[in-house]
Amino acid sequence: MISFLDFEKPIAELEARIAELRATASGSDLDIESEIGKLEKKSSGMLVATYAKLTPWQKTQVARHPQRPHFLDYIRLIFTDFVPLAGDRVYGEDEAIVGGLATLDGRKVVVIGHEKGHDTPSRIKHNFGSAKPEGYRKAIRLMELASKFGLPVVTLVDTAGAFPGIEAEERGQAEAIARSTEACLALEVPMVAAIVGEGGSGGAIAIAAANKVLMLEHAIYSVISPEGASSILWRTSDKAAEAATAMKVTAQDLLGLKVIDAVVPEPTGGAHRDPAATARALADALGHELDALGALSGPQLVRQREDRFLAIGSL
Amino acid sequence: MSWLDKVRNSLSNLSKRDTPDTLWMKCPSCGEMLYAKDFEANLSVCPKCEHHGRIGAKARFDQLLDAGYSVLPTPKVPENPLNFRDTKKYPDRLKAARAANPYPDALTNALGTIEGAKAVLGVQDFAFMGGSMGMAVGAAFVAGVEKAIAENCAYVICTAAGGARMQEGILSLMQMPKTTVATRRLAAAGLPYIVVLTDPTTGGVTASYAMLGDVQIAEPGALIGFAGQRVIQDTIREKLPDGFQRAEYLHAHGMVDMVVHRKDLKGTLAMLLGYLARKEVA
Repeated sequence: MISFLDFEKPIAELEARIAELRATASGSDLDIESEIGKLEKKSSGMLVATYAKLTPWQKTQVARHPQRPHFLDYIRLIFTDFVPLAGDRVYGEDEAIVGGLATLDGRKVVVIGHEKGHDTPSRIKHNFGSAKPEGYRKAIRLMELASKFGLPVVTLVDTAGAFPGIEAEERGQAEAIARSTEACLALEVPMVAAIVGEGGSGGAIAIAAANKVLMLEHAIYSVISPEGASSILWRTSDKAAEAATAMKVTAQDLLGLKVIDAVVPEPTGGAHRDPAATARALADALGHELDALGALSGPQLVRQREDRFLAIGSL
Repeated sequence: MSWLDKVRNSLSNLSKRDTPDTLWMKCPSCGEMLYAKDFEANLSVCPKCEHHGRIGAKARFDQLLDAGYSVLPTPKVPENPLNFRDTKKYPDRLKAARAANPYPDALTNALGTIEGAKAVLGVQDFAFMGGSMGMAVGAAFVAGVEKAIAENCAYVICTAAGGARMQEGILSLMQMPKTTVATRRLAAAGLPYIVVLTDPTTGGVTASYAMLGDVQIAEPGALIGFAGQRVIQDTIREKLPDGFQRAEYLHAHGMVDMVVHRKDLKGTLAMLLGYLARKEVA
């Protein structure tokens, strides 16, 4: 059962009406069948129309949809032979960032990403996808492992931001993020990052300083959450929609700014309506980029990545 | 009674309105009334409580570099790439900041010597839009590092920033990897990178170049952290410990090498450069 977002209310009402008709239809009642057919057509038409022109704030809600596929869904749907690797060898195991060895359509890679969880126990286990320093230090360790054994790195970014808490600060959250970004830039193997849900600030860029950066069609990527920008710049919490628009957080905007390299299309109605199709499209896009980068030498990969970030926003 | 108290007491018959605010100031930490010129002469450190006041690029250059330094031009970057407007238009905010500050953005570099040791010194100025890191700050940082590489000398940065410049959205976030490309190139050239964390250094600046120094120095009492204190308090809903995210706290947690009083900063930098800087080729 899909949970509907606020702006999907008219669609939700139609779907409820369809369900109601189905429940009352005897199966042979042609009038009801044809009415259901008409309503279904109308509903899917409304879904297409709504998702064709989502506002940045609506996209933010889609990107955060509780049923949106997360890291472990992609592992299950498009990666095989996943060997999770744990711990930062310094302090602990932070399950807000999951990573390990995996195979993507025959390509052996190291895959790293944020996992938000899908119900209360798993959300708590993964700290809602908000990593602490040990999460980023594990990412660094896995990137170094990838470099040592010549395995390309794939990252799936999906976090509201790095965890803001006392213990994260005292164990050096800022340093861990800075070193993780640095580790991305040092890789002598191909690295492709995909923003699959929320790309929240430093907690996102720490594993997204890649050769190629992809973004799902309704994902968002920003320096601060729209709510955070609203409270700082407008000094009120209710300008989030305005802030989302002003900050240009959508994949379409970011492609124009050359912050990302390609947009991966989502099924009509968003990734959560068809996780398998979303994952397949993502796998194809990742594979395409990995194969193209495979032609570059280690130093060329470092240079391409450096040039990519030096060029952003230059005159 | 100190001479300052004497002066202050002799002026107690003046109402606040009659006191030019450029002449007298109140220490933001202990509340002591200070004669502004004396405060400045004391490196903008309160003589009573040792509070280190926030200072701009010009004062830093004068304090840390030998006479005869040259201020480097701030690179031009696209202005207002997102056509951003919150309660004010971003270009209006920039204009106001430029009218109130000597340099065109929040990070300025100078080439000079520190007790004879050549260095490029970058200074972030909190007075310019909270020192925030946008494209201009990123470009200035990269230019400062490139100058250091060209001059075969160290790059020293005094950081001060609330974080990223939100009016530049994602482009400000992209300054984190961009500046890290520069620190990596400086390292590849075998040149020292020294960070002086000053009050306050938070957000994306801390989570990039401010934490990547070969040697990390902090000024006493400086607020240094990733997340803002209000955000942390809203998340955990507990009182923050005393001294949380202050320089001394970071030192105790192994995040900085030393906490150095401003009067000792130049000598400390010179000492470090003496050990780390490449010997000049004759």
